Amino acid sequence: MKVAVCLKRVPDTTTKIVIGSDGKSIDENGVKFVPNPYDEYALEEAIALKERAGAGETVVYSLGGDSSQETIRTALAMGIDRGVLLQGAGSADGFEVAKTFAAELKGGGFDLVLFGKLAVDDYNMQVGPMTAELLGVPCITTVAHLTLANGAIEAEREIEGGIEVCTCSMPAVLTIDKGLNTPRLPSLKGIMAAKKKPLEVRPVHVGVGTLMVSSLTLPPERLAGRIVGEGPDAVPALVSLLRTEAKVL
Amino acid sequence: MTAILAVLEQRSGAIRKVSHEVLAAARALADAMGGGTTVDAAVLGGDTLDGVAALGPAGADRVLVAKRGDFALYNPDGYAATLAEAGKSYAVLVLAATATGRDLAPRIAARMGVACATDVTAMGVEGGGISATRPVYAGKALQRVVLSGKPAILSVRPNTFAAGSFGKPGTVADLAVPPFTARVTVKEIKAPAQAALDVTEASIVVSGGRGLKEPANFKLIEDLAQAFGNAAVGASRAVVDAGWREHGAQVGQTGKTVAPGLYIAVGISGAIQHLAGMRTSKVIVAINKDKDAPIFKVADYGIVGDLFEIVPRLTEAVKKVRAEQ
Repeated sequence: MKVAVCLKRVPDTTTKIVIGSDGKSIDENGVKFVPNPYDEYALEEAIALKERAGAGETVVYSLGGDSSQETIRTALAMGIDRGVLLQGAGSADGFEVAKTFAAELKGGGFDLVLFGKLAVDDYNMQVGPMTAELLGVPCITTVAHLTLANGAIEAEREIEGGIEVCTCSMPAVLTIDKGLNTPRLPSLKGIMAAKKKPLEVRPVHVGVGTLMVSSLTLPPERLAGRIVGEGPDAVPALVSLLRTEAKVL
Repeated sequence: MTAILAVLEQRSGAIRKVSHEVLAAARALADAMGGGTTVDAAVLGGDTLDGVAALGPAGADRVLVAKRGDFALYNPDGYAATLAEAGKSYAVLVLAATATGRDLAPRIAARMGVACATDVTAMGVEGGGISATRPVYAGKALQRVVLSGKPAILSVRPNTFAAGSFGKPGTVADLAVPPFTARVTVKEIKAPAQAALDVTEASIVVSGGRGLKEPANFKLIEDLAQAFGNAAVGASRAVVDAGWREHGAQVGQTGKTVAPGLYIAVGISGAIQHLAGMRTSKVIVAINKDKDAPIFKVADYGIVGDLFEIVPRLTEAVKKVRAEQ
């Protein structure tokens, strides 16, 4: 079982966003960066799949600057075998990012390529299926349940009001949702071992593409609301406001 | 003539509500583009389709229909092949940012060699391209992008664009399906274990947090949602991580972003990740025992106090109001 995971370094979800001086990106000053939370489910699944198969290799790929090496090391500490930093600037154009990943993954002999279902920074939610299209392999997105048997994949994905049951064959690209597994924490032994694992740096050039960011702004503040009252006695006043003022009841 | 293709969705042969929003969004963009830009609607489905006649009045100049047995359920490769082929005649493709649209839009974009903007909340024209505003960092910031590809492919966030009525009939034609290889097969749609109504689609969402103290007390939230008749049950990250509710119900940065007409947060303090996921709700109500909880900063209406006393009273009051209507 040979599994690749594509990993992104993102601001921690507790980050308070400050707009950068270019007006198009965030001010990274003092921001703590972490592996994209959904990618952690992909990393866990890759490691568990190899463990279950008893043989194979897991490889993590990340596109970004040198700081992404730290993120890759976290994946190696969890138990991924080796890392590749695709050294270059990312892009808001998911198709250009997908082209970069597809070019690296092509011919890699992977049975599975895993992505998190989305990155919690740009919410693009597209690089996985685009990479699959470029590789010409099947893709199932937002996988919350997965069964593999004899090269066949059965996966469940949440849709509005139901669960879609999908099948395909390997090799395939899957994007992983929360709920598939519980990602392991790196052990002290894992952290020590990660320092010696191979981490290859390959410069890449991400194309300009057909999507440009023109601005990044903070959303309008909500107008201050009011406390209707305290305790259950405030319920009639609330219901009245919902009916007459907010008109939602 | 410039034209927009609105990609609609059906479930069990019925056109989905969100598709009327997609049509209205496409119509508004066509008006912004000017020059008599037209809107075509594409519907891919099985042998029976209901609601096609209503699509003209909902904004479609022309409805293109592909009916085949293997299109009844979502067919990722077949849908993508069909729309990538049809898409060549259009300046813009608009989809819904639903489970299907989020899966399908990137596939079409990759096949056509262009970018796609997902989860869009506003569209317009800018410098010869299509501009789109999309919430990023779970709504903590708004990113404006300009698409210069032909076509520009966008998916719009549900509950954001109001469906409209344009009072004119559209014509209906066949949508050609090119040969394709179905690499992925959707076998069936199973019912979910919990709450059938999705938080992203509901017009009212009632969410519970750690203030409920234990999973069994979510019954209070379910009862309140039930009293509204059409409300979905949401949850904070804390209670999803604790295993009280399924991840599908989670509202926030590592869950779903919602924009219902009414959002009621019960026993949720309002961590920044949660606020990001629900701050664009039209009306927000918070019930919390801590008057300093951050949730009250975004709430239009708040009640401070013991949720175990307040929520049952509210449930009864809502039932009473609805019974009188």
